[in-house]
Order: sequence, then structure tokens, then C-alpha cells
Amino acid sequence: MKEIDEIKRDKNKWVQDCLNKRPIKEAKSVSGFDLDVVYTPADLDDFDYKRDLGFPGEYPYTRGVYSSMYRSSPWTMRQYAGFGTAEETNERYKYLLKEGNTGLSVAFDLATQMGFDSDDPMVEEEVGRVGVAVDTVKDMETIFHGMPLDKITTSFTINGVAPIILAMYVVVAEKQGVPLEKIGGTLQNDILKEYIARGTWLFPPGPSLRLVTDIIEYCTRNLPRFNPISICGAHLRGAGANPVQEGAYTLSNAITYVNYAMKRGLDVDSFAPRLSFLFANREEFFEEIAKMRAIRRLWARIMKERFGAKDPKSMMLRVFASGGAGIDLTKEQPETNIIRAAIGTLGVVLGGAQAIMTCPYDEAYAIPTENSERIALRTQQIIAYESGVTKVVDPLGGSYYVEFLTNRIEGEMKKMMADVEKKGGMVKLIESGYVQGEILKGAYEEEKKLISGEKAKVGVNMFRIEEEVREFELHQMSADTLKNQLEKLKEVKKKRNEQKVKSSLDRLRSVLKGDENTIPYIIDVVREYGTVGEITVVMKEVFGKFREPSIV
Amino acid sequence: MSERDVPIRVLVAKPGLDGHDRGAKVVVKALRDAGMEVIYTGLHQNVDQIVATAIQEDVDVIGLSILNGVHIPISKKLLKKLKEKGVEDKTIIVGGLIPTEEDFEKLKEIGIDGVFPTSTPFDTIVAFIKEKVG
Repeated sequence: MKEIDEIKRDKNKWVQDCLNKRPIKEAKSVSGFDLDVVYTPADLDDFDYKRDLGFPGEYPYTRGVYSSMYRSSPWTMRQYAGFGTAEETNERYKYLLKEGNTGLSVAFDLATQMGFDSDDPMVEEEVGRVGVAVDTVKDMETIFHGMPLDKITTSFTINGVAPIILAMYVVVAEKQGVPLEKIGGTLQNDILKEYIARGTWLFPPGPSLRLVTDIIEYCTRNLPRFNPISICGAHLRGAGANPVQEGAYTLSNAITYVNYAMKRGLDVDSFAPRLSFLFANREEFFEEIAKMRAIRRLWARIMKERFGAKDPKSMMLRVFASGGAGIDLTKEQPETNIIRAAIGTLGVVLGGAQAIMTCPYDEAYAIPTENSERIALRTQQIIAYESGVTKVVDPLGGSYYVEFLTNRIEGEMKKMMADVEKKGGMVKLIESGYVQGEILKGAYEEEKKLISGEKAKVGVNMFRIEEEVREFELHQMSADTLKNQLEKLKEVKKKRNEQKVKSSLDRLRSVLKGDENTIPYIIDVVREYGTVGEITVVMKEVFGKFREPSIV
Repeated sequence: MSERDVPIRVLVAKPGLDGHDRGAKVVVKALRDAGMEVIYTGLHQNVDQIVATAIQEDVDVIGLSILNGVHIPISKKLLKKLKEKGVEDKTIIVGGLIPTEEDFEKLKEIGIDGVFPTSTPFDTIVAFIKEKVG
């Protein structure tokens, strides 16, 4: 009898013995499959080290995309921040950098994200509220004042108006005298997930995908150190997707973008090394770690086998990860969120992330204060410098349980992705609302379980305390933000050359109607201090509106 | 129990630019499971559109879902518009991220009937609506 068969037999007997002693509670993964009480080599009977894991930094990158990972240097600590005016945001960034943040991540207000200028009456209550207000390149210059763009990298959570923000960053680099080939950073630019979960879409999927592809093409040719897209699972997760859905839908979106870029005539190895990803670590520690390993392995195989990538960098899935997730933070006993975020952050470290943001504990109330941002950053620093987990790469590799989960999640994702293709691909399934509906099912079930107590939430459905209304430092919006922003915009408009703005917008309009890459023309408008709103109006004229499918 | 023989009609609306619609959609499902007729506006609605839909659909209740901190100004705008249109008899509830007790009180003070912050059990919302318009 082979050893593995003996273990299998012994395991069955052991489980039976356990059951005889006391009942074993059933347990399911978040993704919905049953979990054994213990895992053994018999659960990995087809395991092949070289094929399934390999060494860190080597195909299929299950153990990490770089060879020595955090032993060489920790991940980039990249707290998400931005509020009020560009001046206030610039100050917060300088504070974060002083405290040890090693990269920037810009939060824009919703007016900017949705293509409205601050002086649009539609958005007066939105200006500077959940992020920084940006109307013209002047605001971007101020945000990065005193921060040379070749010395920092910046991540931009921007999607619908991503081409405009990219154009502004390029113009700021010009003004700072930094050559384009030296600027590094990441544009989120993942419009498909906006239709599924986050809601900052502006146009129908067709023209939106053209803009996404324009950005990928422009960056590939001009900004070699810049990631033109960050394909996001985190938002799907927040909306109700389980880890398998998060991975499967995100990689299916990624495949869509790769197909568009290749149809544009780009060689896969010219742009794939610059594709970036964003995942969240939510509730279950080991499943989330296994998810990151499985996604990395599956993507490497897809790039090599399906798209014929030759450059190993094209196969390396680099991740910006969120330690903790907004959806899991509680208003009840808010300090418990520090612990949730710490567990989530440790999870993405063990999952092998390249850059990390940690959720500040007060985000269940408002956008973070300096204090809560600092605690979030300290969480990362404690894990990086005190805990010792950075010393050895992929320390959970070889754990029977983690390898079982990694295999199982990869298998489930493959099935789901095949189903997506059979049903016509992501664009079609987003337009029809299918994906949104599948994710909503999970959200509704989860809410019901939280209410019934079937899903534990400490401080909410167990270990509640009577909490007095107490003094609690929350971010307060400055009363002058709107006024200051409007004055700045007025000033810029007074000084600019209206004729040049108009003619650059006219040129952009005709390019939008054709099929030339739009980015150079958007840069021209931005250089003349054309506004986010003015550019978006022209785009809306040409591209039309998206009708959200009705799913409830 | 309710004396009504027609179902309660509810409009769940997402005003403004906030794209967080998980809460709005799960509440739609919960209210529907509780026997109500629920219309969901979808994202990016302005107050005029919400009021027009409420009138056209002849709803008893308007529920606003707001998670981006604009709950007070948007609620004020909505109440003003309803008054202008002469339909201020509807029950108005607000759900989402209502950070402080102060905001909670402020919403009540300006005339919002029910405030249901994140993590409110569905039953609480259902019971409130049935009590108010059942």
C-alpha cells in the first residue's frame, strides 16, 4: 500500500474517532465548499512541487513574484488619502511620507471622479468631501508640490475620468522637468468593475473600453515605468463577491483588457508586465491567502498558455492589496477595527503583496484622520519590522491546508471563468446585469447571516456593549473648501487662453469621433488648463450614456 | 396587523454621485421579501428625478441610501422639492453611513421620519414602515 493511501485510510479512521468522541461542527469556506477538520498529504495526492509551486520569483509564481520578496525590502506602504483642496491633501501626503509611507495613493472627490467641475451646481455638497477636488492641472501641481515625480510613485483611484488624470500627471511631470520615462505609478482605470460594483462609470462599456485601451497604448509607448491599469477584485468583494468570484471575475476582466490591447496591435509582452491588480483581504485568513496564491498561479498560466507571453514579467501578477476591507469595519466598538485591519494586513503580507494599504479604524464613520492613518501605517510597520514574518518567503507554502485551498480555489475559479466565456464574456454579462446579480446574492445572504448571528461579528452580533455617546475625533470637512476651490477655479479660468482651450477641445471632439488614440489630445486640453468637466462634457456628447441594467 | 389590502409601495433611491449600492440593493430585496412593492432608482439620481419617480410610481415611502456624508444637504433638498410638488405626505427614511448621534438628530429635526444607519437589521426597517404606513 502506498504511503498516501495509508494516510487517507488513517485520516478516515481518525475523523471517525473524532466523531465518536464529540460532534464535529460543519464548516464551510467563504467561497462555499466544505472544510475538513484537518488536512494531510492525502488531500494533496496529485501535488507536484515544481509544477504547482516552484521557487519564488519563478513560474508559476505561486510563492511570490520576486525571488527574495520581503527579505530584500518590505512592500510599498501606500495609504489611501485625499480630501478637501489640493493644499490640504498636499499637507496630508507630506505628513504620511514623514511617518514612513513609501508611496502615495490619491483619493479624489466624487465630483472629480464623475467628471464634474467644482462650480457645477449638481455637485456643491460633494466638493472635497470624500477625496481631493481636482478641476484643472493647477490642482494636480499643488497636490504634488515639493514631491518630485521621479522620486515617488503614486496610485490613482480613478476610472471614468482616468484619461484626464493621466494627462494631468503627465503635464505636472513636464512642469517639474521630469522626463516621462522616469515617472512611476498606477492608474486604476478598471472601468468594468465600476459597472459591477463601484459606480463611477460615465459612458457605455464600448467607448469606455476604448479609453482604457488608449491609456494602455499611450503608457506602453511613453511611460515605461507606469502601470496603466489596476484590475480590481477588492470592490467586487466589498459588493458581496466571495473569494472565488473575486478572483474569477477579476481575471475575466483582465482577459478582456488584454484582448482589447492585443486587438489594438500591441504585442502582449509590451504591456502585460505593467498590468497591476488590487485585491482585498476580508474575513477568512487562510482562504484569502490561498486566494492570492491561486490567482497568481492561474494568471501566470493564462498569460503563458493562452496569450503566448514570452517575457516572464508578463506572467507575474503584481498586487496592491488592502489589509482589511471597508465593508467589515464596524461602528460598534470602533477600536476593534484596528485588530481587523491588522489581521487583514498580515494576510496580504503572507499572500505576497507588492504594495499595501491598511484600513484606518475610523472608516466606518468618515474619511480618516491623521491619527487613524498613522495607526494604520504603524500596523504595517509592526508587521514589517517587528513580527519577523518578512524573513522567509511564502512561509505558508507547503501547509497541507493552504495548498489544498490554493488548489481548490484555482479549480473553482477556472470553472467560473469558463462559464463566463461560455455565456459570452464579461462585457455582455455586465451589460445584462448577470455578474451584478450573482454578487448581490452573496451580499444579501451575508447580511441575513449577520442579522441572524450565523456569521459572527464581534461587537455587533456578539459581545455587544452599551456604548455611551463619546467624544471621538472624526475628520471634519473644512467649511471653506468649496469657497476656496471655486476661487481657485475662477482664477485659473481668468488667466487661461480661452481660444486655445476651445480649439483644443474641438480637436479632441473630432478625435473622439474617429479611432485615433485620444490621450495626446486630452493632454493638449489639460495643458491649456481645460477642466475635468469641460473634457467630460465633450466625451459625453460623443459617447452617450450608459443605461444601468435593472437587477433588483 | 395592517388594515391595508394593497401592498405598501416603496422607492429606494441612490441620490447624488455615491456608487455604494450594496446596502440599497439588499434593502430592496429585504423589503420585497417582506411583501412590499419596491422600485429601485439605480445610481446617480438627482433629487428632481427621485421626486418625479416617487410621484409617477405613487409610492408611500421614499428611502434614500447615502454613504458619502451628504445625507443632510440631500435630505433637505428632497424635502424641499416634495413640498414644492405638494407631495410631502410621503414617509421619508434615510439609510447608510450616518456617523454621529448629532447627524441622526439633525435628520429627524429637518423632517426625516426614520433613520437607519449601516448594520440596522432588516426587521427594524420593515417594522417601522409597516407601523407608519401599514
